[in-house]
Amino acid sequence: MRFTLNGKDTDVSAHPMTRLLDVLREECGLTGTKEGCGEGECGACTVLIDGDPVCSCLIPVAQAEGAEVLTIEGLGNDHPLQHLFMNEVGAQCGICTPGMIMTAITLGPEPTLDDVKTALAGNLCRCTGYSAIYRAIMKWRQMPDPGTQVSAAR
Amino acid sequence: MRAIVEGLDLRRAKSLDDALHILRDDPRTPMAGNTDLYVALNFGTLVPRRFLDIRALSELREISLNGDVLVIGALTTYTSLIRSDVVGSRLPMLVEAARQVGGAQIQNRGTLGGNVANASPAGDSLPVLAAADATIVLRSAAAERRVPITQFYTGYRTTVMRPDELVVAIEVPPVEGRQWFRKVGTRAAQAISKIVVAAVRTSAPRIAFGSVAPTVVRVPETERALADGAGIDEAAQILSREIKPIDDIRSTAEYRLRVAANLLRRFWEETS
Ligand SMILES: Cc1cc2nc3c(=O)[nH]c(=O)nc-3n(C[C@H](O)[C@H](O)[C@H](O)COP(=O)(O)OP(=O)(O)OC[C@H]3O[C@@H](n4cnc5c(N)ncnc54)[C@H](O)[C@@H]3O)c2cc1C
Ligand code: FES
Ligand code: FES
Repeated sequence: MRFTLNGKDTDVSAHPMTRLLDVLREECGLTGTKEGCGEGECGACTVLIDGDPVCSCLIPVAQAEGAEVLTIEGLGNDHPLQHLFMNEVGAQCGICTPGMIMTAITLGPEPTLDDVKTALAGNLCRCTGYSAIYRAIMKWRQMPDPGTQVSAAR
Repeated sequence: MRAIVEGLDLRRAKSLDDALHILRDDPRTPMAGNTDLYVALNFGTLVPRRFLDIRALSELREISLNGDVLVIGALTTYTSLIRSDVVGSRLPMLVEAARQVGGAQIQNRGTLGGNVANASPAGDSLPVLAAADATIVLRSAAAERRVPITQFYTGYRTTVMRPDELVVAIEVPPVEGRQWFRKVGTRAAQAISKIVVAAVRTSAPRIAFGSVAPTVVRVPETERALADGAGIDEAAQILSREIKPIDDIRSTAEYRLRVAANLLRRFWEETS
């Protein structure tokens, strides 16, 4: 099965019903995507498929065939939102962070705090109490050059 | 925790015709957005072993008008419902329900046909479809048939759908009057409904509840009382005799009865 992973053409041999999450972590060696609940509730496993945030724990790799998959690794290690999560202490244990960031980069232009909360309703954090996360995202969207943004509202 | 997929078999349909022939000759469980199926897989409670991926069938993704009737393809996701102008203007209560399903990740994959076929009494779209007098369109390789949603469910998680059939679309006739949707759960997003209601305010009100019975239900006696001019107190009493909710892990029967009556009052006040 072939798909584009973080911009690179990728061919995997896993069983077609293997969760995309397992393929990314085990066959592709990209362990940035985390497993929290394994039931679609926590969003730790969020990746983008063709620009839309999805739970990779609920997706058979067969349904990624031919698609563009973007994981946290695809942002490089120097994305402004990553720095803001660190500076604002939007990450403590860090399990939720990659999923939070992948969902956040799909926010439309000039989001209000309410837009951010609605967009992140499918991403749970047990450590931070959320306000540092919201602060990091709001500051990021006010930056003159925010780096990668994926517009989901196509 | 790695989900076990060895021994599972997946075929992918190339077209709707192909899918229906596969279901006739080689019965399999259809797989759409997987937001129900893969939760079961991850839990180790998934019973079927053979699957048919229908998610790529673009024939089942269209939203259109056929004369007066709104036709929503079975594979329409919650996100597409939210973004659809025609659904927003004709059936705003369905958009409201879609917004309250899961988070963005679930809205992007979960489908209306999956919610209907999954037949959970807590499915949030079902009261909307019941209050709107929607029809489920089923198709097999041999024939197509239309079943009103109130006749689609035969009991707890059972339907009239045969193994060789797919839900292909949901048809919704024009809805006159104000539409109202409310879901009471433990959190706004992500919560499985404790109780959900959809209703239409006309001279003959239409009211449907989810999570108060093994299937979605309309409440004809309560509806008739309101149509005949009964006061809301009387209607609420009729409602508490008409529905028989159960205790389960999410809440008690008594709590559900009280909430259902409160929701009825709220509907009546807010649409007056
Ligand atoms: C975190 C989370 C939150 C959720 N929140 C809600 C919520 O708030 N409200 C709610 O109602 N639901 C909720 N759900 C449940 C689920 O998202 C919905 O029921 C969804 O609509 C299912 O659609 P699907 O395409 O993902 O179905 P799938 O998982 O692909 O399939 C579900 C069932 O339907 C059958 N099926 C699917 N499509 C067809 C078809 N066209 N014809 C015949 N059979 C078909 C499948 O064989 C399977 O038995 C939630 C799920 C998760 C994981
Ligand atoms: S691990 Fe996928 S949503 Fe929690
Ligand atoms: S930082 Fe620990 S779950 Fe969010």
